[in-house]
Amino acid sequence: MGGKGRVRRFFEAWPPLTLLALGWIALMVIVAFGADVLAPYSFTALDLRARLHPPVLMGGTWTHPLGSDELGRDVLSRLIMSIRLSLLIAFFGTMIAAAFGTAMGFVAAHFRGKVEGVILMLIDFQASMPFLIIALAVLAFFGNNLALFVMLMGLNSWERYARIARGLTLSANEQGYAAAVRQLGASNLRVYGLHVLPNIASTLIVSMTITFPETILLESGLSFLGLGVQPPLTSLGNMVGYGREYLTRAPWIMLSPAAVIVLSTLSISIVGDWLRDRLDPTLR
Amino acid sequence: MLRYLTGRLLRAVLTILLVITFAFFVLHLSGDPAMMILSADAPPESIKAFRAAWGLDRPLWVQYLAYVWNALHGDLGDSMRDGRPAIQLVLERVPATLAITVPAFLLKLVIGIPAGIYAALHRNSLADRLTMMVSVAGFTVPSFVLALVLVLVFSVQLGWLPSAGSDSAKSAILPIVTLGIAGAAILARFTRSAMLEVLGQPYIRAASAKGLQWREVVVQHALPNAAIPTTTIVGFMVGTLIAGAVVVESVFAWPGIGRLLVSSVSNRDLAVVQVILLLVAATMVTANIVVDVIYGWLDPRLRRSSHGR
Repeated sequence: MGGKGRVRRFFEAWPPLTLLALGWIALMVIVAFGADVLAPYSFTALDLRARLHPPVLMGGTWTHPLGSDELGRDVLSRLIMSIRLSLLIAFFGTMIAAAFGTAMGFVAAHFRGKVEGVILMLIDFQASMPFLIIALAVLAFFGNNLALFVMLMGLNSWERYARIARGLTLSANEQGYAAAVRQLGASNLRVYGLHVLPNIASTLIVSMTITFPETILLESGLSFLGLGVQPPLTSLGNMVGYGREYLTRAPWIMLSPAAVIVLSTLSISIVGDWLRDRLDPTLR
Repeated sequence: MLRYLTGRLLRAVLTILLVITFAFFVLHLSGDPAMMILSADAPPESIKAFRAAWGLDRPLWVQYLAYVWNALHGDLGDSMRDGRPAIQLVLERVPATLAITVPAFLLKLVIGIPAGIYAALHRNSLADRLTMMVSVAGFTVPSFVLALVLVLVFSVQLGWLPSAGSDSAKSAILPIVTLGIAGAAILARFTRSAMLEVLGQPYIRAASAKGLQWREVVVQHALPNAAIPTTTIVGFMVGTLIAGAVVVESVFAWPGIGRLLVSSVSNRDLAVVQVILLLVAATMVTANIVVDVIYGWLDPRLRRSSHGR
């Protein structure tokens, strides 16, 4: 009985689906970090004698486990490099959004008045326009440059963090602790950075699990349209966009990156739901 | 209510102005269109003539004021590619976009709302779990992946429907289904959580306690209250009728606004992109105002209070 109870308690705290999702995320992180070692070929290496080889599951051989594309490039190697770039972009995009948005939320809650009015108006503006449209305009007119692209991904969801940080800071300022440290002579930076931030961090982290998949989807969507990551670099969206040309003859080029996108966003959402229940039951 | 609406209208106008400003500055600060349209090695005279013809040689703020002034008079500039008024070029594409987004929108309503209500009323049942699983997929499967999978199944494997183009009515089916499924999944999730929230309220228990049939409780008390948050998301979906099809139109080579946007963006056709930005902003803002009016009608508390939120 004791052993069984322990197993059941373990799975109650760590549901199997969450474990699977965490496993997938861990795998993706390992792939991203070890991309250079793990990729069997260079992702740009051409092998014109091995063009459009099917993957193992569709009657191919182990030389190209996920098949090869029109130029004989190894799909698995390209997939590994794409995972790295897509994850990096989504990671930095999310971090920029969280840092910028939270800072804006603090500023709004600290100064109130006109400053708050302007920030709230920007939040409204951002929320009222589909970001894909803004991103398309900015990207194509500034040209394609990886740094700008990452910044743009960071602009995507800052307003969510700003709104949360502002609301929570307003209520934190009502509570005793912020006023108490302030009375002790702490600077504003110290109050917000060391005292308010840790108190609202769990809500912000849960928000990250929502915006991270959104950023992956936005990046892959833009790259799919040919307006995101540019060749020779490759991302998951690029691969799907390229594979679309060979949909009838070589569907595997598009299927594996598509599956990675879906599984990754799904896993992060599942982990996010689980984290939300653990860290912050008030957030729905 | 009147004051509330005037406030909203003012904000709407402000948003539109902000979009015009944003569009103008982003597009103009980003590079010299003369260099993009003519090539970099064009003779200096022709570059100068081009800049003079499009007013690009004036100070930026003069160009801006002229732009706003013209925009207010319905003149939004000519396409730099084919010389026709940009607004005409864009408006020509509106029917094609609406032809897929409006049926998709109806599909979302017809599937999403009943599924959400049903799932909430049968919480934790098999149907509920199924709805939730599908709706999670609606959030995590990008529309281009869904579109390509549908093409793979219905065009490549089964050969039932055309994979792209707009030659026959059949061509519209896959774009509509792609847009509709994803939206329905999202709407079902929102409706479900709105219903669950309402069903947990004390007045529902009170209504049951006073002996009302469960049916009456749901129809008279739960549904009207759950309609309020659901209206917000439906309003947002109306607002994206024009903009929501960028990716899907590109996948299916559907000749609508979305595809025009992508091609104008790669051609750097400033005027056309600006018009589309404005059109999108205008639909979003209009949809928001309509939602506010519906709120007032659905929620008597808003109607009575003079200062709104």
